[in-house]
Amino acid sequence: MLTYAVKRIGLAVVILFTVMLAMYAMVFLVPGDPASLALGPRATPALKAELIARMGLDQPVHVQAWNFFANALQGNLGYDVWSKKPVLGQILEVFPNTLILGAAALGWALVLGVALGCLAVVWRGTLVDTMLGILSVSMIAIPSFVIALYSLLIFAVWLNWLPALGAGMPGDWGSQIRATILPAFAIGITWVGYLARLVRASMLEVMGANHIRTARAFGLGEVRIIIRYALRLAIIPTVAILAVGFGAILSSAVFVETVFSRPGIGTLITSAVAKRNYPVVMGTTLFMTAFYLFVVTAADLVIARLDPRVRDVFRG
Amino acid sequence: MSSAVDAPFCPLRLPRLGPMGIVGAVLVATFLLMALFAPWLAPHDPLKLDVMNKLQGPTLSHWAGTDQLGRDTLSRLIWGARTALAIALTSTGLAGVIGLILGLVAGYGPRWLDGVLVLVLDSLSSLPMIMFALAVITVLGPGTATLILVIVLISIPGYARLIRAQTLTMKAADFIQAERTMGAGSVRILLRHLLPNVVGPLVIVLSMDVPAVIMLEAGLSYLNLGVKPPTPSWGNILYDGYTSLRQQPVLVVAAGVPLVLSTIGFTFLGEGLRDALDPRLKVRPR
Repeated sequence: MLTYAVKRIGLAVVILFTVMLAMYAMVFLVPGDPASLALGPRATPALKAELIARMGLDQPVHVQAWNFFANALQGNLGYDVWSKKPVLGQILEVFPNTLILGAAALGWALVLGVALGCLAVVWRGTLVDTMLGILSVSMIAIPSFVIALYSLLIFAVWLNWLPALGAGMPGDWGSQIRATILPAFAIGITWVGYLARLVRASMLEVMGANHIRTARAFGLGEVRIIIRYALRLAIIPTVAILAVGFGAILSSAVFVETVFSRPGIGTLITSAVAKRNYPVVMGTTLFMTAFYLFVVTAADLVIARLDPRVRDVFRG
Repeated sequence: MSSAVDAPFCPLRLPRLGPMGIVGAVLVATFLLMALFAPWLAPHDPLKLDVMNKLQGPTLSHWAGTDQLGRDTLSRLIWGARTALAIALTSTGLAGVIGLILGLVAGYGPRWLDGVLVLVLDSLSSLPMIMFALAVITVLGPGTATLILVIVLISIPGYARLIRAQTLTMKAADFIQAERTMGAGSVRILLRHLLPNVVGPLVIVLSMDVPAVIMLEAGLSYLNLGVKPPTPSWGNILYDGYTSLRQQPVLVVAAGVPLVLSTIGFTFLGEGLRDALDPRLKVRPR
């Protein structure tokens, strides 16, 4: 287990360094220097010189690269081109919003998805199973930002039940919860589909196991067997996919946050991309990559702890 | 993963699609025809402005209404099919070919090259894909070419890893060993024997990825970071609809319909193909 953990964490660190290197190289590949691109064609030479000095672009490449790495490792991700605020501060300010949104989306999707998956197993082979199958594939196929737009139109504009913009008032829990409902609904719906299918498939596999047969032999009811004995095993692949799915959740969060003008990582980075605000884009990408690697590595370690077979085959 | 051994993929034999696959195939065929014949199908010029008749609801001459500049929404949506499919098919095709080559090289080539390729591919796929896409767009500037490049770069690792895994298992198969003993060269083994056997699962995964690519194109165009206006794209039409949501909701509703129908169509078709050809193939969320 220790060897596996060291190898797995080592790989994550190597990947993070490769990513940092690639990001840094990318800025150099741009035709023209980042300062004039960020400032646009109407920038005065004085303004440009000031920004070049501030971003350290006048120093030799190896000094710049060293500074970039040294700063990033100390948690300094650079400064916003326009507001001059530190990038990390801006990220940490909105990151909880995105995290809450993702958790809320996954939360309701997990409850409904697992329930639908169990129902499909209870009624396997019947019309209900077929209909649930079609329903879950359709849920996977519909883009989350279209759901966001449609639900915004129906529940915020026409029915006026829920707010159309923002993340609620700071300190006011009620308004924050109300502002999270629609975005979380839009992001979660894809996951209801995924989870329902996944739970159904892994549960059907488990249903053939010996302990299920024993439970049947004891005369336990089908529902009780599924909930108490099959679900425990069938839930393991679900945990594995949730970690990998973080990337997909983030993806839909970027679009859905923009639709609802909800402060978060998505709105932060998309507005920075439009203004070519390099430090914010690079800093946010680096931060989210590090976080993603952390989540995936942690999940791999948890799974390896639960299932010894995983340890033996390291990235085959 | 050895399924390709027991059932070699034959592109000429029509797979038996289930009812879901047939619905998907019909939808996909409809959108392909729409994209191909857009100039003849569209009732109006998709770029013609008519500010007097802006933001109309459905009328006899404008079946899906008009946008904030008075352009005919139906015509823009039909041309949008061309944009969406052209981008999705070009980029997945390109990514598929590059992934195929990289996967074959990694699986069959020298060990050190395999190690390097795996590290690069793993790093690339460890980036949250949307972050990577946005970073590339910041550097290169938005536009159709950037969009295709981004999709290709995002998709390559998955395809290359699939092909690499297939190649590794296939390399040990008896018929490859037999070829080698008979003195066949690496190139012959790669092209004549490995390639036809590993390409099947790739085709299925490619077809299952098309809807994700259509969604990404529409999403980035919605953010004004993909296809540039005035070129019609379902994404930027949705954005126009969003900005005039309160005056004319027809625009946003109409723009979502082809996007949803096409992603459902491609997903159903991909599922049908997968079930018919290789039911054990696992597909990850993206």
